[in-house]
Amino acid sequence: MNLEFTPEEVAFRKEVREFIENNYPEHLRGVGAREDLSKEDMLAWHQILGKKGWSVPAWPEKYGGTGWTPTQKYIWSEENARMDTIMPLPFGVSMVGPVIYTFGSEEIKAKHLPGIRDGSVWWCQGYSEPGAGSDLASLKTTAVRDGDHYVINGQKTWTTLAQHADWGFFLCRTDPNASKPQEGISFILADMRTPGIEVKPIKTIDGGHEVNETWLTDVRVPVENLVGKENEGWTYAKFLLAHERSGIAGVARSKRGVEKLRQIASTELLEGKPLINDDDFLRKISQLEIDLTALEFTELRTLAGEAQGKGPGPESSILKVKGTEIQQRLTELTLEAVGHYGHPYFRGFPEDGSNEFPIGPDYAHQAAPSYFNMRKTSIYGGSNEIQRNIITKMILGL
Amino acid sequence: MDFNFSEEQTMIRDSLARLLRDQYDFDTRRKVVGSESGWRPEMWQQFAELGLLAAPFSEEDGGLGGGSIDSMVIMEEFGKALVVEPYIPTIVCAGGFLKHAGTPEQKSEHLEAIIGGERVFAFAYAEPRGRYDLNDLETTAKKDGDAYTLNGHKAVVVGAPWASHLIVTARTSGDRRDKDGISVFIVEKDAKGVTTRDYPTVDGRRASEVYFENVSVPAGNLIGEEGKALPLIERIVDEATVAVCAEAMGAMGVAHKQTVEYSKQRKQFGIAIGKFQVLQHRMVDMFMEHEQSISMTYMATLKLDEDEVTRKKAVSAAKVRIGQGGRFVGQEAIQIHGGMGMTDELAVGHYFKRLTMIDSEFGNVDFHMRRYSNLSGEEQAMAAE
Repeated sequence: MNLEFTPEEVAFRKEVREFIENNYPEHLRGVGAREDLSKEDMLAWHQILGKKGWSVPAWPEKYGGTGWTPTQKYIWSEENARMDTIMPLPFGVSMVGPVIYTFGSEEIKAKHLPGIRDGSVWWCQGYSEPGAGSDLASLKTTAVRDGDHYVINGQKTWTTLAQHADWGFFLCRTDPNASKPQEGISFILADMRTPGIEVKPIKTIDGGHEVNETWLTDVRVPVENLVGKENEGWTYAKFLLAHERSGIAGVARSKRGVEKLRQIASTELLEGKPLINDDDFLRKISQLEIDLTALEFTELRTLAGEAQGKGPGPESSILKVKGTEIQQRLTELTLEAVGHYGHPYFRGFPEDGSNEFPIGPDYAHQAAPSYFNMRKTSIYGGSNEIQRNIITKMILGL
Repeated sequence: MDFNFSEEQTMIRDSLARLLRDQYDFDTRRKVVGSESGWRPEMWQQFAELGLLAAPFSEEDGGLGGGSIDSMVIMEEFGKALVVEPYIPTIVCAGGFLKHAGTPEQKSEHLEAIIGGERVFAFAYAEPRGRYDLNDLETTAKKDGDAYTLNGHKAVVVGAPWASHLIVTARTSGDRRDKDGISVFIVEKDAKGVTTRDYPTVDGRRASEVYFENVSVPAGNLIGEEGKALPLIERIVDEATVAVCAEAMGAMGVAHKQTVEYSKQRKQFGIAIGKFQVLQHRMVDMFMEHEQSISMTYMATLKLDEDEVTRKKAVSAAKVRIGQGGRFVGQEAIQIHGGMGMTDELAVGHYFKRLTMIDSEFGNVDFHMRRYSNLSGEEQAMAAE
């Protein structure tokens, strides 16, 4: 047991840092991930990484993965967090990609993996439905075989950033007579330009447009868009969720967030002195940072286990629960730190040089919207209550 | 980065687990804890024969060449079985002082006897008015020719009733709370002027109030430099803190496991109570606290040899989490066991008690939170300069 970085790892950090500093687009520096960015801006870093061969580090090497050790992946996420880079979106890289290379045919791999790797194709996720949230297996969208096509009908919801999507992956019921709700579901890909697909925005409490309703009316997709076997989609769906969870802890980003919070609390004043000198506030930051350390080392242990061939298992549920709790507490404390200037409501970003006269310090503009927005994290990806159900069943054996 | 245990460490764990399973079951422990002496010297001998007492010492010092990770492995197993024998006072504390700062004479006088299981130490550092401050000392040691004269009162010295020797912190100069002027001594417990009042602790161990009245200690018993011992004491206490974190992680795991098992057996309203989601989620929260305690104990153990600020922050962070997690797991274990959790007959209550008392050993949650916050402030000030 040791925490040392080998000389190779130190060299790797240097290489990665230099690459990011030399190649990250100038106009996106200091901007961070934001839902109002253009599609091009959101994909820019992904495409640069695609050319470099670093866009899908976690994939098996034969599909374009980097073969990095857990320590290298840890360094990679730290260095990206340091520069606040806009990382490749998870829908292709962490969700549908692993399902395709694990369960898909050679044809489907050849057709779709390159576009995920190079960032030329934007994916969205068609899982939840108005009547199927935590009880995902009760989904009602149907896909009926008609010659060489499936005809899909139904409604999906919370389709994140579907307004930009080129392709979507959908859970559809292909056997309405299956004996259990989990059986008879299939995992089907669809070109979002197919007639009958309609994407309608859902405005969220932070004022943003991040999620959508996706209506599917007599959507005809070729049968070769089925991933794996018909009626076995639930297995793939669960596999995807476990993969989604393993990257979800967001440790490096939260560490960066704590640094920013410390800066804000050093600027804001309480009784004429920096807020960070206040024992009560400092204690909250310390507790957050300590809990983040516990999460960080739990993730490192999990990664070390994965390197020894244990796939992301139910333990990844801990990372999801604790990681999202910390992301939420971080935004909550940041909002608390900015005081009055959490109140003004803007759409648009004065710090980008728009014409609006800035009100309050720059760091305060997004404090409330970020806090509002991050409430989603304990709901999505399998709510934190569902994660506890998974641990109950898979680990406690109850 | 590497989170694997060495072959030796795995061997230690396996053989110790076997020994404790065979000879340290809960009923046996209860009898021993309730007996007149409250421990088993013959068990200590078996620990010596297994190499546990040699594990964290270098080969040069007569040990097996391990270190803090070995102590962590051992303490986790001890925590699982609620072992009362004085590994932390003797091996981690006294052994630590000798290892880090002992003279060749002191090492040859004591280390072999410690490793062989023939000599047991206690660590007399706490005082009635000092709380967790290691530098808040009213015990004095005055140089008098070739000897020091000790006067004072040490509080809740764990394992002292079983010990033949004490490690004592005392003020050789300065005022009560000064950081300078602190020294460390080896004192034989049967030295003239040492009196003890022995008692059981609420979690099944034994401790003493130790009084020094004009106790003459040879100058050769001073460990390290006179008046400059605080950094050394802080280091040893950090090592002991991490060891007690490892004990807590062992105890937490068992308290959780017993609770889950009990919830499968106990039926109310016609079904096992473990089928109730309201209890399931609480047991999941216990599981997550236990896992995070493991992570924090590893983290702090692996950072013991880093620079002082990094080490202290790591240890305090771990002790905060373990204090909070131990309290949570202990309380939930009792609650989910219901009335049975309140009985002395069931083991779970004894795990609860040990976990409760671990919080106030070597500094509680508030103490370590404050230390962590202050160190972060210092770090930030240094970075700003």
